[in-house]
Amino acid sequence: MERLVVVGNGMAGMACVEQILRHEPIFHITVFGDETHVNYNRIQLSSVLAGEKDADDIVLNGLDWYLENGIDLRLGVRITGVDPVARTVTGDDGSVTPYDKLLLATGSSAFIPPIAGADKDGVFCFRNLNDTRAMLERVRPGLKTAVIGGGLLGLEAARGLQLRGADVTVVHLMGSLMERQLDAAGSKYLLEKIEAMGVKVLLSHSTTAILGDGRAEGISFVNGYRMEADMVVIAVGIRPNVELARAAGLNVNRGIVVNDYMETSDPAIFAVGECVEHRGVVYGLVAPLYEQGKVLASTITGNRGPRYEGSIAEARLKIMGVDVFSAGFVQDAAGVESVRYEDPSLGIYKKLTLKDGRLAGVILIGDLSDSRRYMDWLRSGADLAGKRRRLLSPDLPADAGANVAQMPDSETVCGCNGVTKGAIIDAIHRKRICTLSQLKQSTRASTGCGSCTDLCVSLLKAVAPQFEEDRKKVLCECVPFTQDNLREIVRSQKLKSVQQILDVYGNGQGCEVCKPALSYMVDMTWCGEHKEDRSARFINDRVHANIQRDGTFSVVPRIRGGVTSPAELRRIADVAEKYQVRMVKITGSQRIDLLGVAKADLPKIWADLGMPSGQAYTKGVRMVKTCVGTEFCRYGTQDAISTGIELERSLENLYTPHKTKMAVVGCPRNCAEATVKDIGLVGQEGGWQVVVGGAAGKSVRKADLLIAVTTTEEALEAAHLFFQYYREQANYLERTYDFVERIGIETVRRETVYASPEVRAGLLHRLAKSKALAADAWLERNQPKHATQFVQIQPMETVNV
Amino acid sequence: MSWIRITGTEEIPLREGRAVQLGGEEVAIFNLGARFLAVSNRCPHRGGPLADGIVAGESVVCPLHAWKVCLASGEVRRPQEQDTCVRTFPVRVIDGIVHVQFVAEQAEAA
Repeated sequence: MERLVVVGNGMAGMACVEQILRHEPIFHITVFGDETHVNYNRIQLSSVLAGEKDADDIVLNGLDWYLENGIDLRLGVRITGVDPVARTVTGDDGSVTPYDKLLLATGSSAFIPPIAGADKDGVFCFRNLNDTRAMLERVRPGLKTAVIGGGLLGLEAARGLQLRGADVTVVHLMGSLMERQLDAAGSKYLLEKIEAMGVKVLLSHSTTAILGDGRAEGISFVNGYRMEADMVVIAVGIRPNVELARAAGLNVNRGIVVNDYMETSDPAIFAVGECVEHRGVVYGLVAPLYEQGKVLASTITGNRGPRYEGSIAEARLKIMGVDVFSAGFVQDAAGVESVRYEDPSLGIYKKLTLKDGRLAGVILIGDLSDSRRYMDWLRSGADLAGKRRRLLSPDLPADAGANVAQMPDSETVCGCNGVTKGAIIDAIHRKRICTLSQLKQSTRASTGCGSCTDLCVSLLKAVAPQFEEDRKKVLCECVPFTQDNLREIVRSQKLKSVQQILDVYGNGQGCEVCKPALSYMVDMTWCGEHKEDRSARFINDRVHANIQRDGTFSVVPRIRGGVTSPAELRRIADVAEKYQVRMVKITGSQRIDLLGVAKADLPKIWADLGMPSGQAYTKGVRMVKTCVGTEFCRYGTQDAISTGIELERSLENLYTPHKTKMAVVGCPRNCAEATVKDIGLVGQEGGWQVVVGGAAGKSVRKADLLIAVTTTEEALEAAHLFFQYYREQANYLERTYDFVERIGIETVRRETVYASPEVRAGLLHRLAKSKALAADAWLERNQPKHATQFVQIQPMETVNV
Repeated sequence: MSWIRITGTEEIPLREGRAVQLGGEEVAIFNLGARFLAVSNRCPHRGGPLADGIVAGESVVCPLHAWKVCLASGEVRRPQEQDTCVRTFPVRVIDGIVHVQFVAEQAEAA
């Protein structure tokens, strides 16, 4: 076997190795990576920074992949020299490794412009996982942060840090953002969107120095102006890593020069990815790397033939809510015609540039739905003469299926991995693929930026005989519709009672599964404009106590934030004795449970307690656990107790799809376990992190960061937005941790804390409306729902036995 | 064996059950709209109070472990392999008053 040594464990190198593995096995492969991680998806680092993904989520090839394919992986070793005569590489660990073929996939590094003080503490670049982790360790709410660079990377870094609560300013040398990919008008649209998100932008500012004594405190500009900055991120561009190739005597310009077969000037050495220069062009985007990798795999395995003829530069900004796409040559120039469409109030801007009747470039902002069609025109160089009247208004396909059917087999579905429709269909047939994850594994389609996921699913639906989606579950055989569907039915058909729904859309009977769910839906949708049907609810919700195994009930009064008083404790003790309660127990939720109470005694106990219901029996707001926070704790940074009590007071008495448990902690020591609650507020120096979807019951799940904010009001509002969104969108009996996983935290954020002001106001308004109608259930002791709600029926005559 | 006047129909809400003590037996009476039905208020599984269950058609679902009992026949409908029954009691409504025909167990045995 020949020895293939790969220098670089990044996306390009491993994508190429994946392609090589598809050929006859002729190599023993050794891979050197100077990072200590396995191969990960670098273009998703911004998602890690933004908290949308964990580092583990972006791993492309885990250690088992290397093992399975017999690849010798050497992590944390930097190759410092190549000897093209002896055919060996030397590592910084002193190792010397011989090769028959050498593949250089050394990628690129962050370009650090000549700014004085760029080596100060608090200055970061944004290039790899270590950079990302370092920034995450430093960032905190309110931190004054400057991001130098208004290109793709800079904007993504800025948004990620801002999502973590930092006070971010983007500083850009040029007069417009992303000026390489956009024209002046497009940049203006982008600028508006970025500023609307709360990221500040300074254009035409040339940074001269980073100020501060050893540690970044600010930056200064050529115009003399200065700004405060405790954290500085430099993201102005990348520079190909060519030193190794140059020292080895290879032909190097800006990048390592390769021909159409991806061969360098040394017949035993090949190169791929961001470190290469092909026909004078160095690519810094992902799609070309894959195209190059395929060609290189053919060449290096002795199947020289396929040629790489260059790629069309394509850029897509990965910021939620800011859709920006650009490809080809987009600037106005002599001989270039441009066609535009603008809708300023919707923030939509589209521009096509045409040369000789063919598409030369495209900018899409605010609506990327046609990006694929334009990319196809760009790649194929299609003559657009016949389409001139409808360039920006495509014929609408009848449905998604038709859209897929109309695509030619040669059209690229996944631009990142260069997977065509034909390749996907072929894989589905050959490997009997039925799920998206199988398709990902087999073809890699949709594993890059993920923007083609919907299209892949449509293809699967159309082609795979046994396509399995996350099966749409109907609520129950009694009403065989999904809960989404039923919510829509209840709303649009104005159905205001459970029995009505069952009569019209079900079997007229219902059962213990569907009735409580429908009851919740009707309550949620009509919010007081209907009559509640108690018979559709579980016994706990008919008598506001938790039924026990012997038919008695447990009583848990509300003790907000877990804070009680001697008088209250005395009252509880008296009640326990008076009714001979079988057990008094401290619960896991910082409350007190009185167990073994007869149904008929419930109203009397509630009256004697004089405390509101703790809703411990229902799918509703349970409690807000707190630590003692700044009031007593010497480590506390936030007032956890009063914030927790306020949160509990603002949401108590409300019902939710499943129980909702919350906690507020005053510092990241997290003594009340807020990160495993449905909603948690975690205090930190200068602000709060609001986390959602945590669990520590049947499932254990660490909550996702919803948002980091500086004030308590903002934290409470974020919690309220999520709470109401969950109430409206989750399926009945779906805990927040399943809900957040199903919907995806990005979507949750986009539709709550980062939704438009109108949407946010709507959520808060509906929450307020529900809250205004929600009373303490235990007040039914004074006005029972029904004369026999709590009491046994006394027969009119006695039985003589 | 005799018909016992129990209570006015309005005392048992539509599609709900209520318990009543008759001699040594607790009886659950259900209002199904079209008619009233009565069964022993003890689930054959673990003795759960059937009167507190959710009505599903002509059955009730025990609040403790969701056994499903047919109110007309007393047969257990879920879990399916069960052949135990709960005792049923004839019910009639006269002039808005629910009547249950009741015989104490030991009397019936004798």
